[in-house]
Amino acid sequence: MEKDFIVQLDRISVSFDQEEVLNNFSLDIRDEEFVTLLGPSGCGKTTTLRVIGGFLMPDSGRVLFNGRDITSIPPYRREVNTVFQKYALFTHLNVYDNVAFGLRIKKKPESEIKKEVTEMLNLVGLSGFETRKTSAMSGGQQQRVAIARALVNHPKILLLDEPLGALDLKLRKEMQVELKRIQQSLNITFVYVTHDQEEALTMSDTVVVMNNGIIQQIGSPIDIYNEPKNAFVADFIGESNILPGIMHRDFTVSFAGKEFICVDKGFKPDEYIDVVVRPEDIKIGDYKTAQLSGVVKSTVFKGVHYEMVIDQGGFEWLVQSTLSEEPGTLVGMNIGPDDIHIMHRNGLDGEVDEVV
Amino acid sequence: MKLFKAKAVSVPYLIWMAIFIIAPLVLVGIFALTDAEGSFTIENLSGIGRFTPVFARSIWLAAIATAICLLIAFPMAFAISRMSERRQNLFLMLVMLPMWMNFLLRTYAWMSLLENNGLINRFFGLFGIGPFQMINTQGAVVLGMVYNYLPFMILPLYSVMTKIDNSVIEAAQDLGASNGKVFSKVIIPLAVPGITTGITMVFVPSISTFIISRMLGGGGNLLIGDLIEMQFLGNSYNPHLGSAMALVLMVIVLFTMSITSSIDSEELEDMLI
Repeated sequence: MEKDFIVQLDRISVSFDQEEVLNNFSLDIRDEEFVTLLGPSGCGKTTTLRVIGGFLMPDSGRVLFNGRDITSIPPYRREVNTVFQKYALFTHLNVYDNVAFGLRIKKKPESEIKKEVTEMLNLVGLSGFETRKTSAMSGGQQQRVAIARALVNHPKILLLDEPLGALDLKLRKEMQVELKRIQQSLNITFVYVTHDQEEALTMSDTVVVMNNGIIQQIGSPIDIYNEPKNAFVADFIGESNILPGIMHRDFTVSFAGKEFICVDKGFKPDEYIDVVVRPEDIKIGDYKTAQLSGVVKSTVFKGVHYEMVIDQGGFEWLVQSTLSEEPGTLVGMNIGPDDIHIMHRNGLDGEVDEVV
Repeated sequence: MKLFKAKAVSVPYLIWMAIFIIAPLVLVGIFALTDAEGSFTIENLSGIGRFTPVFARSIWLAAIATAICLLIAFPMAFAISRMSERRQNLFLMLVMLPMWMNFLLRTYAWMSLLENNGLINRFFGLFGIGPFQMINTQGAVVLGMVYNYLPFMILPLYSVMTKIDNSVIEAAQDLGASNGKVFSKVIIPLAVPGITTGITMVFVPSISTFIISRMLGGGGNLLIGDLIEMQFLGNSYNPHLGSAMALVLMVIVLFTMSITSSIDSEELEDMLI
């Protein structure tokens, strides 16, 4: 097994009540990486996290930690710590004792515990809160206690299960930056579970998009956003227009009744494919000269841009533009070669075929 | 205005309390401090020392019964609290099921089980062992208390444990706590309110019971409850002495309750480890 992988999931299967959550699931996680498991609820991302943490014994498959099989090792003997979704703080203990919990279990001397806890509370910006009851803290503060409580044990891996889910938008953004900073300053592996695509794109080195217990795509946030491998990923990451099309030959594709020049190649002649166009990549122009034309059905002001739905030959395009057009107007749409993303219909996701 | 309305609502309860709680207490006090002619005396209270063995026995047996209840109920309540909701309801019903039967009947049932020629001894007889003396022993009295009051321990424990989220237990495991440590460092401290309530709800009826000791303990294991009952309904009719006993019993109960409620989680943790 390769050495720089810290965690390897090897053909893991998990089912609850005969319902398969993970089926032959394999994933390698590199050391010191910020990995995000991204997918809709029920896609198996939390289950994956619980398998790594040791809270869930897979029905079959192996979990390797630095190449060593840890599948049957209980959670309390793994060098992994978890930040739980609902914080799971010990309400009978104050902030200091919560953070010190793991070190006390390991029977570290109190002087060392004091040093470590103080340092960690500093890192998460909670110095001075030592004697505070956890119930007397805000959600964001409780979240920081949970992070400090996990990190103080110097885990090799930190597992985070939708840790920012309960926070409001502004706080969530702050914590995203904070978490990234902590991860970089401590140089440890973060495995982060979320259903929020924006959160995944902001923080991760690697994003693992999952659906129905199957990995749809693994890649950097930029790759995932710009080159979605299938309709599911394209649809889940950001908003997109997905249309069926035919790839005639290299750099030539037709969809929506027109032929377009694109930058993709290596498809079979006249292969049936799916085309993804991001709403912000469509340029509104004069309907007489534009590649496509359609009637504006609705226009909504979104702050940075207007969001329009444009009916073109029965397909409703989602278009984002800084210019607004009145509903009912006939407008033209231009799509550059770079903005056309071609995806195989490889059946990775069962919904793909239904698009046709 | 609002405050006034809130007060108005509480008036019926205040009247109720005055009639049925305060007045009887005052009456017990008056009876305890007077003699048959109605003149003031402290003889009733000062003479109570001769019943010390009975008081000691009552406290001792009630304490044992409470401890046994706690030992049985704690793991049971925890197990129930971790079940699926449907099973939780089923098991809670099973816990309470005996309480739907008449208290006397239940205790009579134990009599016929424990008797020298009762079911248990007859069963042993099949193997040529026994009969064992089970009825009319202190053990039988404790058994009666545990059997009758166990639900009062399980229910408060269950109600605090059901509030302990699984993720809190997992968090403790995650931080390196073995199952034993999870219990001593997390579950027991979080269950303290249930433990103190349970102790109160078992200890108080146990220390003042008279039916259990009479039916299962024979004549030889009198408890305070029996003594008090005799002063009011028995041959040795003396409500003044009975009231004095009741007063002393109340002080004992208040004293033990103040000890239990002053125990905080950390002390309890140390005690149990």
